[in-house]
Amino acid sequence: MNVSRRRALRNLPTALFFLLPGLLLFSAFVIGPMLYSLRISFFDWKILNPDRSVWIGLGNYSRALGDPIFRRAVLNTLAYSAVTVPAQIIIGVVIAILLNQKIRGKAFFRVMYYLPVITAWVIVSLLFEYMFSGQAGLINYLLRDVLGVIDKNILWLADPILAFVPIHLLEIWKGIGWVAVIALAGLQVIPVHLYEAAEIDGAGSWQRFRFIALPLLTPTLAFLFVVRTIGTLNGYISNLLITNGGDPLDKTHFVLTLMYEATFTRLDFGYGSAISYLLTIFIFVISVFQIRLLRRDVEF
Amino acid sequence: MGKTAQMRLQRFVTYTLLLGGVLIVALPFWYMIITSLKPQSLIFEMPPRLFPAKVTLKNYTEALGKDLFGLYFLNSLFVSTVSTGLTVIVSSMLAFAFARLEFPGKEIIFRVFLVGMMIPPVMLIIPQFIVAKWLGLYDSLFSLIFVYVTMNLSMQTYLLRGVFEGIPRDLEEAALIDGASHWTVLWKVILPLSRAGLAVVTIFTFLYSWSEFPWAHVAIKETARRTLPIAIALFQGQHLTEWGQVFAASIVALIPIVIVFVAFQRNFIQGIASTGMKG
Repeated sequence: MNVSRRRALRNLPTALFFLLPGLLLFSAFVIGPMLYSLRISFFDWKILNPDRSVWIGLGNYSRALGDPIFRRAVLNTLAYSAVTVPAQIIIGVVIAILLNQKIRGKAFFRVMYYLPVITAWVIVSLLFEYMFSGQAGLINYLLRDVLGVIDKNILWLADPILAFVPIHLLEIWKGIGWVAVIALAGLQVIPVHLYEAAEIDGAGSWQRFRFIALPLLTPTLAFLFVVRTIGTLNGYISNLLITNGGDPLDKTHFVLTLMYEATFTRLDFGYGSAISYLLTIFIFVISVFQIRLLRRDVEF
Repeated sequence: MGKTAQMRLQRFVTYTLLLGGVLIVALPFWYMIITSLKPQSLIFEMPPRLFPAKVTLKNYTEALGKDLFGLYFLNSLFVSTVSTGLTVIVSSMLAFAFARLEFPGKEIIFRVFLVGMMIPPVMLIIPQFIVAKWLGLYDSLFSLIFVYVTMNLSMQTYLLRGVFEGIPRDLEEAALIDGASHWTVLWKVILPLSRAGLAVVTIFTFLYSWSEFPWAHVAIKETARRTLPIAIALFQGQHLTEWGQVFAASIVALIPIVIVFVAFQRNFIQGIASTGMKG
């Protein structure tokens, strides 16, 4: 046994002391539940009488993959991430760059842009539902009477495609402030003398951004990209509240609204667990893939 | 173009973009505020006015007098404060072990904690419910607290590990040689140097606990133990068209969170820069 290994073992009691509260909580409320729901995903689970549950192997999984409602939900979820993550990151980073100059009222801008981030999903979802309501909604009014781009009111929430307009806009609107704050933190650690040196060499502001800020900001962007992708794939509360999960005709589901409905409305726990495992596996694979891909481009 | 003219133009563009963005961000909030001040008869007025013709506080008195709003508010405050305090303590301890101690399986355990950042929390709700019941926490605010602390551990431990690793070891090594325990080092040396990072943890955890909806929705049956997000969602479900009252309640629920954020925001950016979050 080498020295460092012996020291590691001697430290074990101290380490355990520091780890114990966290490990206990994590085992009881995350690891345990994960294993439990893995187990019930292989059963036709009877909630009222678990002992009578029937083992059906991968039955719930194949049922999900063969279900057109599930496939539609997968597409909806992917579209949600693909649209909102880039939009959020581009707008958020632009705001961070603007805020990283010598300007007045920085604290004001910071608080204003962060306001949507700190507001509960329940509140902003109801707010967007109200603004996009078909009859007397603010958005229809602005589009029809103020901007004149539509002739008659759009029934946003009655259409399986248009219902995503408020849901996507809400996600972008709510996430910009978070992206901006993280990007701003990334920009602020870039040493000022790099910019000054470039300026002396005659670099304009675009060049300074392109050749100094952007390369040094890449790890931050990678982080934002991975975390927002996970966050949006896991998002569902706005959809649940705005479309009641799936309205109209089960065409607007996200994977997790479907899971929510299976579990809490139809009490089909086995199916609900299988759906959430499919999503978790997908998120895990895509995160690892993204991290690999981004690592290759970045010298950490 | 001269140098000053160019700078002036750049300045003009900067402020225009930033203020334009603020207008877009603020519009829904403005609309929420004026809707909460409208009498019920004008909630579906056409055209919807951005500046109310008639202002009333009736929605506030009605919504706040209804049900047990004051109690929901206190429930939320209790749950969020205790969850935030416990999260700071437990994740600091974890982060300290990962940042400063050597023990077998360290990186593996750390990675297991990171998995907690990837799973959809909603998939854990049913088994969490069973665990809470088994622990005798059924329908108790402590079932919320334990789950909120746990759901925050992964992220906050990851952040604090980054913060702690950024602190030079000289100080604590001197303290350890003087016979201080690791526990004392954490509390007396590391945490006081991590204020900005702790501000970030506090803001994130408090926000999460104050706004969390799905778990509280499942875990709490007793009306008197509801938290604000549940109360607001259920209220909207029961009073479909009384948007004025829904938003009055929402605005009152928003105030503490704005206070916490404004109080800690000065340290916020700096704190994020000190965590591992920048990449």
